[in-house]
Amino acid sequence: MAAPATPAPSRVCNVTGFTIERNGQRLALANGVVAIALLAFGGFQAILIALERQGLAISADWWYRLIASHGTTMLLFWLLFFEVAALYWGSTMLLNARMVAPRLAWANFVMMTAGVLAAQWAMLSGNATVMFTAYPPLEGHPIYYAGVLLFAVGVLIACIHFFANVVVAKRERTYEGSLPLVVYGLAAAAIIALYALGTGAVAYGMLFLNSIGLLETVDPATYRLFFWGIGHGAQQVNLAAMVAVWYALIALTVGGRPVNEGLSRVAFLLYIAFIHLGAVPHLLVDPGLGTSHRIMNTSYMLYLAVLASLIHAFSLPASIEVAQRERGFTKGMFQWLKKGPWREPGFSSLVLSIVVFGFFAGVTGVLMGTMQLNMLVHNTLFVPGHFHSTVVSGTTLAFMGISYYLVPILSQRRLVAPKMARWQPYVFAAGVFTFTVAMMFAGQLGVPRRVPELGYEAAPLGLDQFVTGPVPLIMLVVTLGGVVAIVGGIMYVYIMVMTLLKGERTETPDDGLRIAFGPAARMRAPAGEGAVETAAPTATVTADGGEQEHEHITGLKGRWRRWTRFEAPGTYLLVLIFLAWFVVFYVIAHVNLSQSWPVG
Amino acid sequence: MAEEPTQGERELSTLLPPKDRWWERLGPDERRWLTIAFVWCLVLFSGMYVWLAVGDQQTPVESYRIDPFVFQQEVDAFVEEHQVDEIQGAAVVEPPPGSEVYLHANQFAFRPVLKLQKDETYRLLVSSTDVQHGLSLQPTNLNFQVLPGYLYVIEITPDEVGEFPIICNEFCGLGHHVMTGLIVVD
Ligand code: HEM
Ligand SMILES: [Cu+2]
Ligand SMILES: [Cu+2]
Repeated sequence: MAAPATPAPSRVCNVTGFTIERNGQRLALANGVVAIALLAFGGFQAILIALERQGLAISADWWYRLIASHGTTMLLFWLLFFEVAALYWGSTMLLNARMVAPRLAWANFVMMTAGVLAAQWAMLSGNATVMFTAYPPLEGHPIYYAGVLLFAVGVLIACIHFFANVVVAKRERTYEGSLPLVVYGLAAAAIIALYALGTGAVAYGMLFLNSIGLLETVDPATYRLFFWGIGHGAQQVNLAAMVAVWYALIALTVGGRPVNEGLSRVAFLLYIAFIHLGAVPHLLVDPGLGTSHRIMNTSYMLYLAVLASLIHAFSLPASIEVAQRERGFTKGMFQWLKKGPWREPGFSSLVLSIVVFGFFAGVTGVLMGTMQLNMLVHNTLFVPGHFHSTVVSGTTLAFMGISYYLVPILSQRRLVAPKMARWQPYVFAAGVFTFTVAMMFAGQLGVPRRVPELGYEAAPLGLDQFVTGPVPLIMLVVTLGGVVAIVGGIMYVYIMVMTLLKGERTETPDDGLRIAFGPAARMRAPAGEGAVETAAPTATVTADGGEQEHEHITGLKGRWRRWTRFEAPGTYLLVLIFLAWFVVFYVIAHVNLSQSWPVG
Repeated sequence: MAEEPTQGERELSTLLPPKDRWWERLGPDERRWLTIAFVWCLVLFSGMYVWLAVGDQQTPVESYRIDPFVFQQEVDAFVEEHQVDEIQGAAVVEPPPGSEVYLHANQFAFRPVLKLQKDETYRLLVSSTDVQHGLSLQPTNLNFQVLPGYLYVIEITPDEVGEFPIICNEFCGLGHHVMTGLIVVD
């Protein structure tokens, strides 16, 4: 191994066996800590936002400022800061490698933080109440655009740093062969981020130049196209990063890996190839685009990016199932699931986020992105309902799940309050699930997004359909679910902050967690307490052994055998149920559409 | 402290490099699911074209650039020609069935109030003269984006009688939550 000029001290992790370099560790932690602080800040705003919907708290002016800040803080700052942490972690620890330019990374960290603070000032002082979408000709203070730009450029630099780390690791032979699947997924996220942040820099750049008088006008339709390059592109970064984190959680909690890892990689390639078409789902009821353009783009080219997600939808649970069956939980269809480590926060957040993401977020996303169906939901509360189920119960929950491992391992501190950690994913998921589904119902009834109150009866030409009927009750459920979600969020932030500040320093930070991965973990496995649970050893089914067994039986009988034998039968049943659910919603949505006024 | 295992004896994991090449032959499980999933993707894709052929509700695609100043003048002329009434200070117009009808989104109102006839098709000409707005027709819940500088042509055929409020569902400033309009169908 070619030693770097001034090698940063590194250590071998007792839990995973990876070599952890000090710079990578510190940078990943620092970015992660700022991310969590931003999540806490956005969560605090969410309390006020959710309560105002019940007529409590604050003025409309402040509500708009808060929602502008909540949206920007959460969607851009929290998620991307965490992703930068994940990129540094993946490209150093998982490759036993080093940060190539740690000073640059620290400068970048400072720049991103400064950008965040600048943008927050502008939004909270009422100088940039334009929402994170910042659609022109609404105007905000130049500092707002400058802040977001600095942040976006910082993330771009971090992505490039990630690639530099990977290339140098390869050259220094700190790992052999291809990238591990998780790093591969993170690389996909970083590639998509290059595209997303590039278009974002153009969009916010135009507005910045406009705000300081250097650009006379910004065409609203052009802006929307560029903006949604980041607005939606960033969601695909979140998606790829989340899937990578899911695969990492599967390794950490049950020691699983995909039945066919190559297929999962191909799915990431499909994301990279097609997901950038995703700006157009947001423009489906805009003037200025033709039919074929809308259809091709909103379907990500024949839904090939959706195909990628469907591949993961199979591959992820199958990984869990096969690993659990190898561990001996082979009874029936679902013993593997029942005997999962449900008390392990990583496992519960993994499964909850996969299920909610798939059944609610994914399905509603595809329906909203179906050209004609989009008319029914565009800009209604259905949209926040959809994206809270993607980025909150999906991405945010997955990121919470992995931090239960990363934070102790990187900070070498014992997780405080493991009992609370056990409950946290359930509380958070239940709350988010409740308020997202309620938002979707409200959106179906026409409730608009981004309004502090539904007191339209007081407006000139007012209407009362939101004060009579079921809407008030549904909005109450939104608030109640929101409060539960916030409690779950507070639990998470508390555990993380206390672990970092007060957690007992330890060489074995997996105490209190049950980590199924790693040479150290394997060595310790049989030792009671911390060990991963296994059933009595029964005949195990292996991934490829089973198939070979049948390979030589030819003819009809062999064919029949092969077609009726499933490596992951439980998963098969689950994905078929999922597909049926998908089809039902697709049909219901079209029935709804057909009941609208004829339009065209 | 554990020894770093060498490549050969390494376990396979999502956190570790794969053995040799990463591509593996697809097993029957994957092949089956891949086929089913791809077919469903094709259904979703062709579904949009099928609905184009059989559905009555289509995404409007006709649009033009228009100078906001010109649009304002056309709206004024339209209101002058067809105004029949006034409610709460808003002009009420009754254009002839099947005609072109202007709808002006402006902070913080959709004007004029339109009186339309059931089962007649109208060409709504929608634009804004200030910022972006969201046209949300209640309670049938049809939603469109309104951009200044662009004229969006939305053909609608009201198929029920009654009062149909319009609300704005794109953030357009501090009065966003009181921005309304009205279509009356008889
Ligand atoms: C933890 C509890 C949370 C609650 C109770 C909550 C609640 C809300 C509410 C009530 C809205 C307003 C919806 C509207 O009227 O348009 C909103 C908007 C939003 N939320 Fe959250 N939220 C939470 C967490 C998050 C997280 C973790 C993220 C991102 C990862 C997020 C991203 C957003 C975004 C992007 C918007 C849209 C802002 C806009 O329209 O400009 N939220 N949230
Ligand atoms: Cu408006
Ligand atoms: Cu508005």
